[in-house]
Parts: sequence; C-alpha cells; structure tokens
Amino acid sequence: MKQGAKRAVLAVSVAVAAVFGSTAALAQAKKAEAKKMEAPSKGGEQFFPVLSYRTGAYAPNGVPFANGFVDYLKLVNARDGGINGIKITWEECETGYATDRGVECYERLKGKGPTGATAFHPLSTGITFAVTDKSFVDKIPIITFGYGRADSVDGTVFGWNFPLGGTYWDAADMLVQHIGKKEGGLDKLKGKKIALVYHDSPYGKEPIALLQERAKMHGYELLLLPVTHPGVEQKATWLQVRQQRPDYVFLWGWGVMNSTSIKEAVATGYPREKMYGVWWSGAEPDVTPAGDGAKGYSALVFLAPAGTGAVHKDIVKYVHDKGQGTGNKEGFGEVLYNRGMVGAMMTVEAVKRAQIKHGKKPLKGEEVRWGLENMALDNAAIKRLGFEGFMTPISTSCVDHRGDSVAGIHTWDGKRWVIEKGTTLVADSTIIKPMIRASAEKYAAEKKLVKRDCAKEAG
Amino acid sequence: MFYRENGQFKSSYASDQQMLPILQDRLFMAGLLVIAFAAVPFFATDYLFLSLLIPFLILALAAIGLNLVVGYCGQISLGHAAFMAVGAYAAYNLVLRLPQLNFLVVLVLAGLIAAAVGLVFGIPSLRIKGLYLGVATLAAQFFMDWLFARVKWFTNYAHSGSVQTAPVEVFGWIVDTPVEKYLFLLVVLIVFTLIAKNLVRSHIGREWMAIRDMDVAAEVIGIRPVYAKLTAFAVSSFYVGVAGALWGFVHLGSWEPLAFSLTLSLNLLFMIIIGGMGSLLGSYFGAAFILMLPILLNQVPAMLGVPISTAMASHLEFMIFGALIVFFLIVEPHGLARLWAIGKEKLRLWPFPH
Repeated sequence: MKQGAKRAVLAVSVAVAAVFGSTAALAQAKKAEAKKMEAPSKGGEQFFPVLSYRTGAYAPNGVPFANGFVDYLKLVNARDGGINGIKITWEECETGYATDRGVECYERLKGKGPTGATAFHPLSTGITFAVTDKSFVDKIPIITFGYGRADSVDGTVFGWNFPLGGTYWDAADMLVQHIGKKEGGLDKLKGKKIALVYHDSPYGKEPIALLQERAKMHGYELLLLPVTHPGVEQKATWLQVRQQRPDYVFLWGWGVMNSTSIKEAVATGYPREKMYGVWWSGAEPDVTPAGDGAKGYSALVFLAPAGTGAVHKDIVKYVHDKGQGTGNKEGFGEVLYNRGMVGAMMTVEAVKRAQIKHGKKPLKGEEVRWGLENMALDNAAIKRLGFEGFMTPISTSCVDHRGDSVAGIHTWDGKRWVIEKGTTLVADSTIIKPMIRASAEKYAAEKKLVKRDCAKEAG
Repeated sequence: MFYRENGQFKSSYASDQQMLPILQDRLFMAGLLVIAFAAVPFFATDYLFLSLLIPFLILALAAIGLNLVVGYCGQISLGHAAFMAVGAYAAYNLVLRLPQLNFLVVLVLAGLIAAAVGLVFGIPSLRIKGLYLGVATLAAQFFMDWLFARVKWFTNYAHSGSVQTAPVEVFGWIVDTPVEKYLFLLVVLIVFTLIAKNLVRSHIGREWMAIRDMDVAAEVIGIRPVYAKLTAFAVSSFYVGVAGALWGFVHLGSWEPLAFSLTLSLNLLFMIIIGGMGSLLGSYFGAAFILMLPILLNQVPAMLGVPISTAMASHLEFMIFGALIVFFLIVEPHGLARLWAIGKEKLRLWPFPH
C-alpha cells in the first residue's frame, strides 16, 4: 500500500473511532440520566433473557413474537411495578434462528442480572435440543410452549424443560383426529394418503413418530416431504404432491417456508381446504404473502388466537400510549404477538408462584422451576390477568411438565383468522404417553442420567 | 532490538532442525503455553470458555486439517464439514455400540473412519484440478448430509434426527466442566499441531507442496501424484474427523445433521483463506477471526452502551465483518499469517530499518 493511502486509512479509522466513542459517551450520559429519573427499585431485579430473531428468513414470525413478549414485560413493570415489587429487567439477543448463535446467546445471558436468568424461551426446536443438555448443569428452566422436544413432558428425565400447553406429538394427534372427524370416523382414514410437508430440522421431524404410530393404527399412508432450510425452494416437494395427490397435506413450516408452501399449493392447484398447518404455521405472516390464494387454509390454534382483549387495552394504555411500545405496534393483536405475550405471562406467573415458596425477592432459575412445576392457572386467574379467550387453563406437576393440551382450528378467510366454532381438540394420551416414556428412557440411557424422584422431592 | 538471533549458533543437526530455531520464539511459545494452561483457566469466565475458546480450539483443529489438503497439497475441498460429520457420527455410534472403548480410542477410530471416507472422495482429485475439483468435493457434502438425515441407523433411530451424548470420560476423568473441556481440548490440539508440524516438514509434506506448486514438475522428479494426493486427503480427513467428533461430544453434546452443513464447510475454507494457506499458524488465526469476530462485533454496541436494536446490531455485524474480510484480503492476500511474518521481519530490523 502506498504511504498516502495508509494515512487515509488511518485517518478514516480514527474518525470512525471518534464517532463511536462520542455516541457511546452520549449514550452513557443519557443512561445515567434515565437511571436518576427512575425511582430506585426497592425489591431488586428479576432478569428475563429474551432470545429473539428479528433478522433472517424467520424474522416475519420472530418479530411479532418478540414484540409481544417484551411488551408484556413492559406492561408488568409499568402497571404492577414489577412482580410483587420486583422489577423485571431483560435483554434481547439475536439468534437468527441459528442453533449455534442461539447457544451463544444462551451462554451470554444465563448469568446476567443479580440472580441469573429466570427461564429461557429458545423459540426454536433446534436451540431447545442444544440447550436442554446444558440445563442440567446450569439449572435454568427452558420453556418451550407448543414446541421443543415432545418427550420432555416427562419431568423425571427432563428436569428443566417445560413444553407447556402442548408438544408436536399433541399437535399431530389433534390434526389426525380432526380430519378423522371430517371423514366421519378415524376408521375412514384407511387407504387415505396424508402428506407431511415439513421443515427439515428437529422441528419438522418431531411429529413424524406420532404420525407413523397413527398410520399403523388407522391404515393411512404417510408421505414424508422434507423442505430444506430456509424453505424458499419447494418446487420439487410440490411436484411430488401433484404426482401423489394426497388426500390431506399437513404443513409443518416456519418463517418464509409457510407462505411459500401456500403459494406452491396455489400453483399446483392443490385445494387449500385440504391443507392443515401446525399452530406455528397459522399466523398472519404465513398467509398474507400468498394473497387471496391462502383463503380456505386452516391451521391449529392453541393459546392465543388473533384478536385483542382486556390485556391489550392495558398494553395500549400503559405501554404504547406512553411511546414505549416495541416495534411500532408491529403485529399488535396478531397470532404471534399474542403468543409472545402469553409466553411472557406464563413466565411471570411462574415467578409469582415461586415467590410464594421462596419469598418476594429476585429468584434463581432453580427456584423459578418450582413455580413452573406447580403452575395452577385456572379460568379465574386467566380472567383476572386479562387473558380471557387467549388461553386455556394449565396445571403442571413435577412429573408432568406440560399440563393440559387443548387446541382448536382456525381458517383464513382472506382477511383474518376465523375460529371454527365447537371444535375442541384434545390429544389422545393413551397413544402419546407410552411414546413419551419410551423416548425419555432412551434419552436418559444415552446421557447416563439419574432420574428425579418426584415423590421424594415433594416430601 | 530484542528480536534478533545474533549469537545463536547452531552447532548440531538437532539444533539446526528444531521446530523453533530462534530463542525468542521458543520463549514466546513457552510463555504462550504457560498462559494457556495456567493463567486462562483462572481468569476466563464460563461464557468465554463455552462460546469462544472451546469452539475456537476445535475449529482450529479442523482448519489445520483442511489446510493440509488445500494449503499444503493444493487440492480445493468444499466439503470438509462432511468429514467432520463422519467423525462425529462414527464416534457417536462407536460409543453407543461399543461402550467399553476408551474415548481416546474412539477419537482415533473416528478419525480413521473419516480418513477412509476422505480417501474415497479424494479419488476425483487424481483426474481433475482446481475449481472443478472443488465442485466435485461438494458431492461429499451433499451425500453425507443426505446419509445422516435419511439413514436412521446412524442416528440410532432418534425420532427427530437429533442425537445426544454423555459427557466424555477419559481414564475415569469425566470432562464436563468448561475448564476441563478447555484443558482436554488444548492438550489434543497441541498434540495434533505437533504431529502436523512434523508431517509438513517431512518428506510427505514436501511431496504435497511439490504437487501444489507444480504437479508436472513433481512427477518428473519422482513424486507419485496418486500417493501424495490421496495421503493428503486421508490425513486431512483424519484431522477433520477428530475435530468433528470433538465438536459433537465436547462442544455441542447434542446435534443434528444441520450442524455440519455446507455453511460450516465454507466457513472452514474462509478460515484458511483469511488465516493463511499453507500455514499452521494461519489456521489458528483464521479460526479465531471467523469464529470470534462476529460474536464480538455483535456485542460492541451493547458494550459501548449505544442504544440500538438487536436487529440493527446484527445487520451491522454482517456489514463490518464483510468489510473487514475485504480489508484484510486487500492488505495481505496471503492471510493473517503472512502479516504476522511481516511483523516479525520488521521487528528484527527495529529500531534501525534500512
């Protein structure tokens, strides 16, 4: 490099450093000022890690979820002054839905705050698999409501995982039951063809075991059609749909994969009325890019359908009207926003519950686990919290980390999601329970884990 | 002034052939080892170990492996993550099916299996060169991705294709805390670096370099290209296979086929390009650059207290990281190792350059 060019580079880098330095100083000053304005919280702080993805192929779904999650935390601080006087603090970390970055975020956030992380919502089944391993050492609960490992319902083996409200096995079971009902009985499924179009990752592969089990029982044929990450290229998959003409298509996608699937279905001429998505494939970002073509497409809906309720009014009043809203009301009242809110609420309630046992102070992840294992959210509590219509009651125990799993079906009418009235789906535990036990036993054997003795811990 | 070899005479063959002929280099290396073994375990936090140091040590090993075939033998490979996957799944199945084996034996066997697979995928290198070979090695990547995702036996029929392992145990020592993992990996890496260093100084390494520099000339002076190219692929795959087994067992603990995707292959290649082709030191630099820099860049705004959203921080991370890659390649196309060497040259003349 020439001498002059070198000098130029030096000058530029000095200038950049100066700009960075001065903004940093300004920001510090602002922060200090903000701290002074805020009344010192008496009770201490409870730290909530937020793993989110606001960039990449999954951002359309990640953004509203993260906004809902953070908005609810803001609401609890603004309206209630924290959890029984304990202020909530949080930090977001961008995972981009990538497992390695997710694990890095987990490591980054697990020790923050006075008592470490409260509980993690990995929001990715891949990240869940990776951090499940670490939870045994770190003793921090991992809440995977409606996703994650299906076998982690078993609290004696998976001491730190909480698939609250449902797993993919439940979801798959519900979908089979639903189409069975439509056909006029599960025995009518004999000889039918069901295609599973799935994201080729642990997320998409989870339901396969159950669908195969059910296929053995009812005699339908299961077509497995994987779609590779990120799912924008599905021509080959839908060519197979066109050739095989399945009677139903189950969609197990996430991010741009969902809308691409629906567009491909339109292009292939596959009727959307015969397509059913899992609860992660049934939000606004999944259907709006496909335009009118998405009309008639249905998906499962569990916890948090679209719409607004009492809690939304509070969020508008305490958060958005004060200019504190996350992301310009992006996705406000949509399926994923509401689901993020429910996720935050369940964590906050778990902390509240744990405070009964451990006292009103900042709690460690290990203490919060007690709250998650003894959750008792009945209809009265849900109503009091303003979540009426957005949640079903959940009660958990040391053995059962899931609680009850109930879901419905909603259909896209071209403008919004309409809930099918009178459809309440409950997974058949006689099929799922033995599968959970077998899978959890295998996990314990491979990891050489010692199982928890729940009876002893309670006593 | 300080870095000068005046007065250091070599009076025996042994001293002439030693790995670090200059006293100051030996002292520096000794100091580095003391820091790595004695100081780092006391100062580093769990985050530093688990997110930066442990993956760094394993990726450095993988980069050395790739450097042997690409940097030393001149055969481009775009599919080395596949051999990492072979190593990882081989180790997983060995531990699962032969639980009485010692982990070190498993590690070597996994490496050997990866070497055998690497040998097979190295065969095209006998007929094709350069970019064409690079494309041919992509076959390894896609084949292995397919194999481990679709053939259930390899994943012990796990219902979601994700496998998990128990903590590593070596002679009764259970390697499960971050510090223990770090020390274990450090020892493995040092042993393998020493072997690689001696390999590239031996006749085998010289054959590889001859093939790299001009294969026709090498053949004329009596080097068999078949032997040289295939040994390079085999040794390289062995290293990468061992790294893959460590990546699975020590770093991840549970993984899915996606963990060894094409992205990882490309990252390994970028490591040796940025770090320096045909340089073991470069493998270390490259691994550090590609692995650590994005993570650090991502945290810079938060550290400085600049209030920007996490999305903005990750966009900035991509932009600055990309710009830095371009910057370093313009300043020194031969990689960070070459910059280091230039620095050393300058230091020898300092403070009186000509």
